[in-house]
Amino acid sequence: MSAQGTARPARPADAAAWKRWLSLDNRYIAPIFITCILVGGHLSFGMLESYQKTALAIVASIATDLILGRIFFGKWPNVASAYITGISVGILVRSPAFWPYVLCSVISITSKYVLRVKGRHIWNPSNFGISAILFLAPETVATLSIQWGNYLLPMMVIWALGSVIIWRLRRFHITGIYVVSFIAFAFLRSYITGSPWQSEIAPLTGPMYQLFIFFMITDPKTTVRSKKGQCIVVFLVAFAEFLLRLHQVVYAPFYALFLVGPAAMLVEMWLDSRRAPAAGMGASASATASSA
Amino acid sequence: MKQHRTARIIASILFVGMLAAPLLIKWEAARRGGAKSQLDAQTALARHGFYFQEVSHAAGVNFVHQAPTLDPQLAPIMPQVASMGASVSIVDYDRDGWPDIYVTNSGEGSKNALYHNLHDGTFKDVAEEMGIADVNQPGTGVSMGAVWGDYDNDGFEDLLLIKWGRPELYHNDGGHGFTRVTKQAGLPPWVNANTALWFDYDGDGLLDFFIGGYYAEDVDLWHLKTTQIMPDSFEYAKNGGRKYLFHNLGNGKFEEVSAQAGINSRRWALASAAADLRGTGHPDLFIANDYGVSELYFNDGKQFHDVSAQTGVGFSPKSGMNAAFGDIFNDGRYAVYVSNISEDGVLIQGNNLWIPKEGTAGEGLRFENLARDLGVELGGWSFGAQFGDLNNDGTLDLYLTNGYVSLDRERSYWYDFSKIAGGNSIIIVDAKNWPAMEGRSLSGYEQKRVWSNDGAGKFINVAQAVGVTDTYDGRAVALVDLWNRGVLDAVVANQKGPLLIYKNTVTPENKWIEFALEGTASNRSAIGAQVTLYWNGQRQKQEVSGGSGFAAQNDRRLHFGLGKDPHLEKAVIRWPSGKIQTLDHPAVNETLKIKEPA
Repeated sequence: MSAQGTARPARPADAAAWKRWLSLDNRYIAPIFITCILVGGHLSFGMLESYQKTALAIVASIATDLILGRIFFGKWPNVASAYITGISVGILVRSPAFWPYVLCSVISITSKYVLRVKGRHIWNPSNFGISAILFLAPETVATLSIQWGNYLLPMMVIWALGSVIIWRLRRFHITGIYVVSFIAFAFLRSYITGSPWQSEIAPLTGPMYQLFIFFMITDPKTTVRSKKGQCIVVFLVAFAEFLLRLHQVVYAPFYALFLVGPAAMLVEMWLDSRRAPAAGMGASASATASSA
Repeated sequence: MKQHRTARIIASILFVGMLAAPLLIKWEAARRGGAKSQLDAQTALARHGFYFQEVSHAAGVNFVHQAPTLDPQLAPIMPQVASMGASVSIVDYDRDGWPDIYVTNSGEGSKNALYHNLHDGTFKDVAEEMGIADVNQPGTGVSMGAVWGDYDNDGFEDLLLIKWGRPELYHNDGGHGFTRVTKQAGLPPWVNANTALWFDYDGDGLLDFFIGGYYAEDVDLWHLKTTQIMPDSFEYAKNGGRKYLFHNLGNGKFEEVSAQAGINSRRWALASAAADLRGTGHPDLFIANDYGVSELYFNDGKQFHDVSAQTGVGFSPKSGMNAAFGDIFNDGRYAVYVSNISEDGVLIQGNNLWIPKEGTAGEGLRFENLARDLGVELGGWSFGAQFGDLNNDGTLDLYLTNGYVSLDRERSYWYDFSKIAGGNSIIIVDAKNWPAMEGRSLSGYEQKRVWSNDGAGKFINVAQAVGVTDTYDGRAVALVDLWNRGVLDAVVANQKGPLLIYKNTVTPENKWIEFALEGTASNRSAIGAQVTLYWNGQRQKQEVSGGSGFAAQNDRRLHFGLGKDPHLEKAVIRWPSGKIQTLDHPAVNETLKIKEPA
């Protein structure tokens, strides 16, 4: 997850007070929201493995971003994105050990600087880090799955708040398409496997998905630009997850995004590169015609 | 530009290194994880100071546990619902000085067994003739555990049997038979319990008892009115069974006083243990809960005070399945071991070893979980565990059994389990929403752990090396010197599996001492009596327990390993009555029978 920093600016300052708050600077809405989730979840349910581990993840993430940002771009980066990555790692990673929190944060942030194509990083940082650590250290690491107590009220609050914020950031269509697709595929899985449909829907009602659908799949830096493309890609993420779930992959959503997200980015870059010369030629021809 | 490229190359190399780091850590952990292969007896003896031989058949014990068949509505997930009931408790029911073994069965109509020790290495099942075998009749529920305590101080241990069903109290008639006294005692008609213990919580010299409910007590698992009987949360469930505290009135009757005493939890209790953690003379109560946090109650002799959060043990919710106390550092303070679930790639809860924090004591007692630091964190789907000095080297080791449901080795239920466990309460609470198991295993065929305490702050798993090689679905462990040889043997009850007796052989260089205590002013079972042994500049404290681990009760005799060339300074006994008795320079390699002085 990274900050929703490149989303379009929201309404002007003369809007209602709550709208003004939401539009202060979109870059900080996501960090504030995720911090609220963290604090609320911890105070009500003791969600965090420990304060120290979450703090460690945040510090490691921010420190890595500052160092690499300075080295690669010669300036101190805004740490909102790194903060979200760190806090996401702190919430999602569950391990009795300390080192996975540091390693996952550092891998996440470093991936942003190392795994770049044409100047763009193609993996959502925390998706990359969490997928990597889950795949490479399964005997030490799991992810959060139930820390909201499985209760309805916290789920509804997060869904409501998250939806409003994502809507304000003009990315609700991504979340919406994913949720609808997931539900449709859940019924299809239930039909195929014979499992109760409730059990197929169940993961979506858990806290892991709340973080996934509001922060990870909506990350502007690692999603394609066009609205139509975003809808197609997020549907493909849900479809890849469907296939992984049929093969009983526990962390299907992370791995689905890990696979589909970068592929979509590469396709978009390829299409851009094809359009660019064509656009250049068209402009040239037009100019020629004009000249003529 | 060149500098930028160099930075990218260095960052890329570091990046690859970081991705490789977990693999290196795994390799190093495997290298240091302890002996993985079985050693021959002499090598094990030389290297670890002990080895086990499984001797149940040779000892005449051929008990195989049966699971219940519950309401057909639970059929799709029956293996995981009907997954408990194998228990073991140690008792010298006839006072012949040789420990006997009581094991529970859980099939409808199946029989429990009381293995009488014949003193020649063999046992004979006498439960039928004693009247405590046929206790699982349809309509009365099935056994889940048993604990022994002399509630009327007549010198003979009485039997408290807990069930998913009607709990029972049996009076021991002089070691010749048992009389059911459930009604007179005032026990409730139905409790779905998995844990109970005897203790004298108010210090009146009469044993009281605690029962912890698992499923709610209005659930009859054979005749379900609803399928909404499952926990309403995987880690925060509060729709479990109620707790009972029965105060001994002294006339064969008990009064249920849990609410007055301050115990009102509805968490899903699976294990409990009591010990005086603060030196007050009153046993404090620890409850390990499934689907939630553990609970610790400080006992002031009248009231129990929930100090779970303030002491630190009630913070991070897991799946508690065991509670056992042990003075693992020989510093006179008890650690608490709570077992949980760990499954590679899915759920890494890690077991908890709650150690008293340095500088905290009394009302300010705080615990920290050092399971990882000490090496006793990962034990699979862990169940029963007990502390005991298995090699008589002077430090307490830890025996852990594990494994949940062993069915098809090739197919796992974990994916479906994780799917439903993460769902909302309205989904998880209803058994009909749980995917069918269809013969799949859930953390089955797991290797057990026998962690040897190196005395320097680390426990090393030596299970395979010392001969603990079974992979049954272990539930309860009891440690006992079965043949009065000065060593701790292990008896393990397995779900839908055989009762295993691991006979221990310990290097004779290591000495030992045992204490068989009998109260007079205190309860006659001496449950709650503490012995602090001082030798070679160190001290170790142990306490007579009325039930610990998971569905288990150890030998009431206290066993201390002493290592080589021990120089015993003294043994200080603090009786539940408050009396302090000091034994100077007690002899080694002996069982001391001590009666509470007048």
